[in-house]
Amino acid sequence: MSTFQIDFGETKRIIGIDLGTTNSLGAFLDLTGPKIIPTATGGTIVPSVVSNIGNEIVAGDNARALLIAHPDLTVYSVKRLMGRGVDDIQEELKLFPFRIAEGSENVIRLKLGDKTFTAPEISAFILREIKRNAEVYFNEEITQAVITVPAYFNDAQRQATKDAGRIAGLEVLRLVNEPTAAALAYGLDKRQNGIIVVYDFGGGTFDVSILKLHDGIFEVLATNGDTHLGGDDIDNLLLQIALEDIATEWSQPEIAKDHQAVQTIRRAVIDAKEKLSFAPEVFVTLEYKGQQYNRAINRELFDKLITPIVQRTLEPCRNALKDASLTHEQIDEVVLVGGSTRIPLVRAAVEALFKAKPHTELNPDEVVAIGAAVQAGILSGDITDKLLLDVTPLSLGIETMGGVVSKLIHRNSTIPASASETFTTAVDGQHNVLIHVLQGEREMVRDCRSLARFDLKGIDPLPAGLPKIEVRFLIDANGILSVTARDGRTGKEQTVEVKPSYGLNDEQVEAMIQESFEKAEEDFKERQVREARVEADRIVSAVEKAKRNEAFWTLPEDERGAIERALNELLVVYHSDDYGLIRIRMEEVDHVTHHLAEIIVNSAVSGVLKGTRI
Amino acid sequence: MIYFEAFGLEPRLQIDTEDLQQRFYRLSREFHPDRYTRKPVVEQQMALERTSQLNDGIRILKDPIRRAEYVLKHNGFDIGEQRTKDVPPELLEEVFELNEALEESDTTQLDGFQTRFVAMLSASDTELQQRFAAYDLAQSRDELAAIRAILNRRRYVDNLITKIQSAL
Repeated sequence: MSTFQIDFGETKRIIGIDLGTTNSLGAFLDLTGPKIIPTATGGTIVPSVVSNIGNEIVAGDNARALLIAHPDLTVYSVKRLMGRGVDDIQEELKLFPFRIAEGSENVIRLKLGDKTFTAPEISAFILREIKRNAEVYFNEEITQAVITVPAYFNDAQRQATKDAGRIAGLEVLRLVNEPTAAALAYGLDKRQNGIIVVYDFGGGTFDVSILKLHDGIFEVLATNGDTHLGGDDIDNLLLQIALEDIATEWSQPEIAKDHQAVQTIRRAVIDAKEKLSFAPEVFVTLEYKGQQYNRAINRELFDKLITPIVQRTLEPCRNALKDASLTHEQIDEVVLVGGSTRIPLVRAAVEALFKAKPHTELNPDEVVAIGAAVQAGILSGDITDKLLLDVTPLSLGIETMGGVVSKLIHRNSTIPASASETFTTAVDGQHNVLIHVLQGEREMVRDCRSLARFDLKGIDPLPAGLPKIEVRFLIDANGILSVTARDGRTGKEQTVEVKPSYGLNDEQVEAMIQESFEKAEEDFKERQVREARVEADRIVSAVEKAKRNEAFWTLPEDERGAIERALNELLVVYHSDDYGLIRIRMEEVDHVTHHLAEIIVNSAVSGVLKGTRI
Repeated sequence: MIYFEAFGLEPRLQIDTEDLQQRFYRLSREFHPDRYTRKPVVEQQMALERTSQLNDGIRILKDPIRRAEYVLKHNGFDIGEQRTKDVPPELLEEVFELNEALEESDTTQLDGFQTRFVAMLSASDTELQQRFAAYDLAQSRDELAAIRAILNRRRYVDNLITKIQSAL
């Protein structure tokens, strides 16, 4: 691709990460273009599943493998909980086996075995897995990343994603909206100008974005979506039907309470759903504790079942068109993203709505990660001919008299965007003012999403109405809000204390970062000890074997004594945690057995020690 | 006026929106925060400020009404929302009749009102364009005062149309 002018030089590498509900992927950009970072098992996908196996937390394939055997120690689809409060997720709790820990009033904590974690911490385990894959692949430390989020994510959900990155030891240089990332991935070799629609139907979220392409500038005109609508919902629909069916067939009315059974059935219906995109009829087949279940499902029935879900994606599409002041005739291209767009009914519905044959050339599972890598290339300066101009998906406002929201920055405003407002006091001598910031399209506070309360502190005591506090609301290129204030009379910066309505405050995130660093050190130490012991085992058994060789008895007595002593000393420290000491004693054994090894090898009496380190 | 300055434009009420759009793209390419990731924090901050100025600015400048309000405000004119409640004198009689039609839900009459008000709206748009040209030439406060009167009437009529549409 001749458009890339790449000079990686000494600068740090930035990776792109698609942190998905079901699957996550890492990608990077090199001289030949964007590529997916291979996983430990040689695949491309890191399942967004995390499991607590005793003393260790595993993520990805290893965790997914544990989902059926240890559903209580494993968590999936955690993205659904990002930036949300317990009250928001009551619907989710009916369908997902999230185990909410006590003390989740302010921020949701999930039970995972004997530990509890917040959603950003669990996401951090997934990110860390990708970071590690990248580090193995490049053989260098990776500390910077671009992470994708659903376009319709609100401020709290974005902040939670950024927190997850920080906890994982990644500096998140940019949050990019998933549909926009997909457009970047497609735009690489596509048309120079035109209007494109990105329809992104993933595992747990739905987004639609309309973009105008203008000589390398990707300008988002409008975005819309539903952050709780995805393939998960289809799975749950099929799961409920299968559960009812099986409860009757196996005469086990309580089957839905058996977590292992539920996960086995869930796996089976997902397999069937995926196959149904390519075959007119499939079987939901499974075996659990000696019992069999076999049920045919055809495309017609499946389509009927999922029609309401597919319909729910069309309303946001129409709204986005309206916001962009466009009609479907003006759309030049439609791009499909996300695993759920493999479903024929979904494709047909999109085609019917936009009257255009959608693009499906790129792998819908990979296209977002690829786009994130392209954005990483833009940030690193390796790509200079492309630029993304994204928008904020939701209007930002403040609470005014009577619980009414006064909008300051409207939805679909290009970001970074700002708005200023002057506040004053209502009572003589009042020295702080509380500003309640909300996100949403409705008129009333109760119908919008509370983001945070900003406390303007240290206002000079003056008669009511006299202080003039100028407050500036700024949404940055990540879609995240910051608030600054200054005294309009003195021009002095005013302190603003942020009380987020959902999610973690700065101190909590810092504490988690600290903990994860300590944890990383602990992990490192544990691995070192384990490796040292494995090596010690090998040495001890090799020496024991050599001692049985007749050559051993040809050695002078003091030499034999030295070998015995060295071996004993190694065994003494073997169970300690001091891997450095274990290694010193191993070297000692190595040293004193050198002569013995030589004799054995030279006399070719036997090959026992040949090929070993001794 | 900062939004005009951000685009290197003289503060004028008549604007070539295509030219504005091209300036926006050119300046965004130059100042977008994405171009400053590897730069010192001070420069990153500057990029953030400049880009938000461009984004906030184009939203206001490309819309003739918001553009005029921006210029009015900068010249010390009050463009507060409360003025929408004051009925422009020339509309008094018509508003009275409209309220009757609304009360009686007389759709034929309401249709007629809608047509008349929409025509009024486009007439004030034409008038605005002429006033914009006049202001750009003379830069006089009298022109601005006239523009404010048109804007107030326009907003008032616009609200009436919304009212009719929700009744129809």
